[in-house]
Amino acid sequence: MNTELLGVIAMFVATLLLALPLGKYIAKVYSGDKVWTDTFMGPLEKLFFKLSRIDELREMSWKQHLTTLLTINLIWFLWAMFCLLNQNWLPLNPDHIPAQAPDMAFNTAISFLVNCNLQDYSGETGASYFTQVYALMFLQFVSAGTGMAAAAVVFNALKDRSTEKLGNFYNYFLKSCTRILLPICILVAVMHVFNGTPMTFKGMETQISMQGDTTQVSRGPVAAFVAIKHLGTNGGGFFGANSTHPLENPNYFTNMLQLIIQILIPFAMVFAMGFYLRRKKLAWVFWCVMTIGFLLLVVPTVIAEIHGNPALAHMGISQPGGNMEGKEVRFASYATAFWSIATTVISTGSVNGMHDSFMPVSGMNMLLGMMINSFYGGVGVGFLNFFIYVILAVFIGGLMVGRTPEFLGKKIEAREMKIAMIIALFHPFLILVFTAISSYLAAHNTDMGWWFTDANCKHNAIGWFNNPSYHGFSEMLYQYTSCSANNGSGFEGLADNNPFWNITAGIVLLFSRYLPIIGPVAIAGLLAQKKYIPESGGTLKTDTSTFGLLVFAVKIIIAALAFFPALALGPIAELFTRH
Amino acid sequence: MKKELLPSFLLSIICLILFSGIYPLIIWGIACVTPNNGEGEVINVNGKKYYANIGQKFTDDKYFYSRPSAVAYNAAGSGGSNKGPYNEEYQEDVKKRIDTFMVHNPGIAKSEIPSDLVTASGSGLDPDISIQGAKVQVKRIAATRHIAEDKLYSLIDNQTERPFLSMFGPSKINVLKLNVMLENLK
Repeated sequence: MNTELLGVIAMFVATLLLALPLGKYIAKVYSGDKVWTDTFMGPLEKLFFKLSRIDELREMSWKQHLTTLLTINLIWFLWAMFCLLNQNWLPLNPDHIPAQAPDMAFNTAISFLVNCNLQDYSGETGASYFTQVYALMFLQFVSAGTGMAAAAVVFNALKDRSTEKLGNFYNYFLKSCTRILLPICILVAVMHVFNGTPMTFKGMETQISMQGDTTQVSRGPVAAFVAIKHLGTNGGGFFGANSTHPLENPNYFTNMLQLIIQILIPFAMVFAMGFYLRRKKLAWVFWCVMTIGFLLLVVPTVIAEIHGNPALAHMGISQPGGNMEGKEVRFASYATAFWSIATTVISTGSVNGMHDSFMPVSGMNMLLGMMINSFYGGVGVGFLNFFIYVILAVFIGGLMVGRTPEFLGKKIEAREMKIAMIIALFHPFLILVFTAISSYLAAHNTDMGWWFTDANCKHNAIGWFNNPSYHGFSEMLYQYTSCSANNGSGFEGLADNNPFWNITAGIVLLFSRYLPIIGPVAIAGLLAQKKYIPESGGTLKTDTSTFGLLVFAVKIIIAALAFFPALALGPIAELFTRH
Repeated sequence: MKKELLPSFLLSIICLILFSGIYPLIIWGIACVTPNNGEGEVINVNGKKYYANIGQKFTDDKYFYSRPSAVAYNAAGSGGSNKGPYNEEYQEDVKKRIDTFMVHNPGIAKSEIPSDLVTASGSGLDPDISIQGAKVQVKRIAATRHIAEDKLYSLIDNQTERPFLSMFGPSKINVLKLNVMLENLK
C-alpha cells in the first residue's frame, strides 16, 4: 500500500486513540478527582496559590471569571510589549537582534496573547532568544491555558443543577497548564531533541558549503518551543519558515508527532465534555459532526495536491511528488496537504508547506476551515465556537418541530440567542469588512503614506501583493480570515510587516479572541442559573444523528451564505480562469 | 478588576519562572547529553563541519543538484517563493529551470524530470531530493566524473532513506550525504 497515504491514516488513528484516555484525564482534572499527577503537582500548585495569595476554592460567577481572565491577559500583553520593544539590550541575544518597531511589536504581542501566532517578523532576524522563550513561548503556554480554562467554565455551567458558582478561574487555568500542557510538552520536546531539533542558546554559526559558499545557520532553543507551539494550537514558528524548516521539523517522525499533538487536545476536549457531563453519546455526536466536516475538506485537498499543478504538467515534466512548490521532499504531498487542513480547522496555523503555493481548491478549503472555525477548533475555544452553533441549532430545531428549545435541561431563550447570533455573525463581519477595505485600497492603488512601504520604497497599496489578480485577493482574504479565526497561518506572499497590516490585523485579532470567549461563557453562565428541567417526551433530543446533521447544516448555511461571494472572487475565480 | 490585579500579577510571575525558566532548562539539560549536544545533527567531512539537515546549494555539474531555493540555502533565514500555482512569473521561472536542466543534462527527456528539481521548497533549506530526482542526474555525473553509471545507481540505492518504519511517508535522498559519498567514490 502507498506509504504516504498510510502515514496520513496512521496520524489520524493515533490521535483518536490517544485523545480518548486524555479526554477522560482532562475531565478528571477539571472535576478535581484523583489523578496520577496529584502526587508531585498537587503540592506545587498549593504553594503557587499560596504565594500568589489566591484561594483556589473560592467559586466565581461567570462575570467574575471573565473579569479575571481579561485582567490576567492584560498583564501578559504589557509584559510581551516590554520584551519586544527592549529585546536589543535584554539578555540571551547572541545574534544582536534589534528591538521590534512599535507597530510590529503591537501585532506580535497581541497575536501571541490571543493564541493566533500570526508572525509579521521572521524568527531568525526578528526575535531574540529572550523574546522567544520569555515572551512568546510563555504566551503559548498561558494563552492555551486561558482557552482551556474558559471551556472548563462552560463544562461546569452545563451540569444538571442551578447555580451561579462555576469554580475558580485560577484553578482551571493553572491546572490546564501544569497537569495537561507541561507534562506532554516535556515528553514531546525530548523526542524532538533526540531527532535532531536544536536546543541550544548559542547563536548563528557560519559554515562553508561543499561547493564553497559561505552561509550561516540559525539555531536556538527550538525543541522546547516547538512542543508547546503545537500542543497549545498556537502555531508560531521558531524560525520564519515554521515547520517546513529542517531544524524545526527534521523528519517524518517529528512531522507525525507534531501533527498528532496539535489535534490531540481539540479532540480530547470534546471527549472530556462527554466524560465530565456523563454524556458520552453527545460527545461522539459532536466529534462525528466535526470529523465529517474535516474529511470533506481534507479529501479534495489531498487529491488536488497529489495530482500536481496542471500548468507544470503542460511543460512536459513529471510530477510524481505532486505540487512540490513550497513543499519539502521529506513530507511530500499527502502529509503536507493533510497538515494544511488540520492546521486550519483547528486554530494552530503552523505550516509544513507554503500555503500560498497550494492549488486553488486547497486554498479554498483552508479558508473554509478557518471560516467555520469549529471543526475541532483550537484548544478550548474550538469547543466554545462549536457550542455557539449548538445553541443556534437547538433553537432552530425547536422551532421546526414545535418544541421548547432546551439544551441539557436548560431553556434557551431570547437573551442567549441574541448573544449567540452576535458571536456567529461577528466573525464574517470582521473578515469581510477588513478585506473589503484593503481591496478598495489596492484596487484604487491608493498612496498609503506612512501606513505602507514596499521593498522598492513605494507607498502604493498594490505593492503588498506577491501574486497578481484573484490570487492577490485571496492573500488579503486569507490574512484577515486567519486573524479572525485566531489561526496564524498565512498566504505569506502578502507584504504584511508594515503599519497598515500590523495594526488592522492586530485589531481584528483582539476582537476575534475575546468576544468568542465572552459570548459562550456568558451563555453558559446564564443557562447555569436557570431551573433544571428533567428530560421528558417534549424535549428535543440532542444526542442523535438527526441533531448532529442539524448542527452541521447550520454551520454550512452560515459559512456558505456569509463567505461564498468572497470565495468566488478569490480561489474559485482562480480555479476557473486558469490558462 | 482591581481585586484580581495582584493575584494575577503574582501568578504570572510564577508561571514565567515555571514555563520559561524551568521547562526550557530541563529540555536543555537533556539536550546536552544527546549525541550532538542539542546543536542539530552534524557530519564531519575532512575536518569540515556540515549540518546534515540543512540543505546546501549544489549547482556544479560534478555534484548531484539540490532543489531551487528562495533563500539561496542561507540558513540565516528561511522561506519559500510564495508564488501562486498559476502566477505567470512563476511559470516563467520554472520554464527557465527546465531549460537550464536540459542544457546541462543532454540525453534526458523532459518527462523524466521530477517536479521537485525545478520547484522551490517551503523552507528554502530542503536537504532532500526524490529518488527520481537523483536518478535523472546519473548520466551527467557519469560523464563529468568518468564513473560507470551502474556504480552511481548502486550509490543512490545505498543512500536512499526508506519511509519511517518502512511504512509511513515517502522515500528520499539527502543530497549532502549523497555528494559526500560521491566524492569518496573516485
